[in-house]
Amino acid sequence: MTSGATRPTDLTDLGIAAIRDGVRDGAFSAREVTLAYVAAVEKARGLNAFIVETPEHALAAADAADAARASGELKPLSGVPLGIKDLFATEGVQTTAGSRILEGFAPAYESTVSANLFAAGAGMLGKLNMDEFAMGSSNETSGFGPVISPWRRSDGGNAALAPGGSSGGSAAAVAARIAPGVTGTDTGGSIRQPAAFTGIVGIKPTYGRCSRWGIVAFASSLDQAGPMARDVRDCAIMLEAMSGFDPKDSTSLDLPVPAWEKGLNPDLQGKRVGIPKEYRIDGVPESVGRVWDQGIEWLKDAGAEIVPVSLPHTKYALPTYYIIAPAEASSNLARYDGVRYGRREQPEQGGLTDMYEATRAAGFGAEVKRRIMIGTYVLSAGFYDAYFNRAQKVRALIARDFEHAYKEVDLLLTPTAPSAAFGLGEKMDDPIAMYLNDVFAVPASLAGLPAMSVPAGLDGQGLPLGLQIIGRALDEQNVLNAGLAIEQRAGFTHRPEAWW
Amino acid sequence: MSVDSHTVRHIAKLARIAVSDAEVAALAPELSNILGWVEQLQEVDVEGVEPMTAVIPNKLRLRDDVVTDGGIRDAVLKNAPMAEHGFFAVPKVIE
Repeated sequence: MTSGATRPTDLTDLGIAAIRDGVRDGAFSAREVTLAYVAAVEKARGLNAFIVETPEHALAAADAADAARASGELKPLSGVPLGIKDLFATEGVQTTAGSRILEGFAPAYESTVSANLFAAGAGMLGKLNMDEFAMGSSNETSGFGPVISPWRRSDGGNAALAPGGSSGGSAAAVAARIAPGVTGTDTGGSIRQPAAFTGIVGIKPTYGRCSRWGIVAFASSLDQAGPMARDVRDCAIMLEAMSGFDPKDSTSLDLPVPAWEKGLNPDLQGKRVGIPKEYRIDGVPESVGRVWDQGIEWLKDAGAEIVPVSLPHTKYALPTYYIIAPAEASSNLARYDGVRYGRREQPEQGGLTDMYEATRAAGFGAEVKRRIMIGTYVLSAGFYDAYFNRAQKVRALIARDFEHAYKEVDLLLTPTAPSAAFGLGEKMDDPIAMYLNDVFAVPASLAGLPAMSVPAGLDGQGLPLGLQIIGRALDEQNVLNAGLAIEQRAGFTHRPEAWW
Repeated sequence: MSVDSHTVRHIAKLARIAVSDAEVAALAPELSNILGWVEQLQEVDVEGVEPMTAVIPNKLRLRDDVVTDGGIRDAVLKNAPMAEHGFFAVPKVIE
């Protein structure tokens, strides 16, 4: 991995580690790699993965990397062009969070996570499409149109599929190989579910590892950034660069960032992996259970001991989430008032309140309005105790379930999502059916735990399925190690055929 | 929990979102469905459980009470839909 880097025919076959090592060893220049990715981004516009393309940013970073190599001052991500989810504020570059209410908003500052990546030598290919304000599981709530998954069913029908969400542009970009790695954010599965749908790797670290400063807020007690890439090693490399204490985020953890890449070890001897029985639910396709059973065998083969465990409050996680997240969103999204940034609608002869109401009516999409109204309702006088306070208590019980399980085991293994990717339009009429996509992802979010999705196989229609590994708080290393053990045994080399 | 159109209008008012009659008619059953679905939390025994306030134990930090930022008025106003005389401008509030 560290020497003898070679040059592939197609430079977009290079992932993050390969670019880093090849630039260092002189197998190719950073500029060549970046030009190949810039061309791939342009060619793939039909996927609608990017809202804004910034080739000049990526090329400037590449030239800096080539100069750094000449002077012997390479950085951890020198010359690696990345995609940045449009939830991250990028200085001088439009940042919309997928919402028309922020169209044209060019922040005067850089988010801490993107600043960390750029300080590590990475460049930006552009801003990635996403569900509006990260509220969605299919990327169909974006104000800029849905992202089309690069994957298609093997039935030859060519139906347009959802890449998952909310980090759908991020997932599609990695799966289509138009970016070697991207940032995502995960509030209730928004990194893991799209990673599973598109056959890539994504990790949500422990809450507080990555600064939230400069990330457009959705539900602040849940929002957490993380990397999405082609393999576990690339995720470890990116996560190291993204993480770290930030005094500008009051919930940022003041802890050193472990050397996750160096610590990668797929030998799971002595590790105990729990299989939570509550994650076997009705109505889930047989293929999901089959891949889960296969994952159990792979972890045994890697030396782990498999232990059945119980997380009794699992079934309450999703309804708990759909009180807490909308409540926090209704408060966070109060700032979009047409005064300080973004869109303004001024009805003729209307006053200030009319302007607020018209601006928010015109600027927000249907799902965002729905969630703001749910949140407003559960926080309103007379209902706060029955809904919000009770949900925070159940949330404590869900976290306690995990604490009990981690007295017996080191990790948990579950499916990432209850199905493979679905077609665009198939679930938009039924909010609760859409919410059920995150049934396996939300519990770890509520407890703030690190969790990762790794591709494990294909379903009967040739679509990717992912496995989720959940770890103890701050134990990203063992999550990554178990992910690596699965990755090595799954040998998942499937990729969508380029039709775009 | 059933949400009627009167309640939808009240919530929309609190949330400062203008809603048309058609939207109210669509939102009432949608919100009722979602609120009916989260009702299942009522069956959980939460006796003696403290509401969660932080997922990872983390003491909130205090910093010195000093000015650390400022003097960037133009940057602050740069994205305003309307700014006049160095201020954000809004429709007339006081007659």
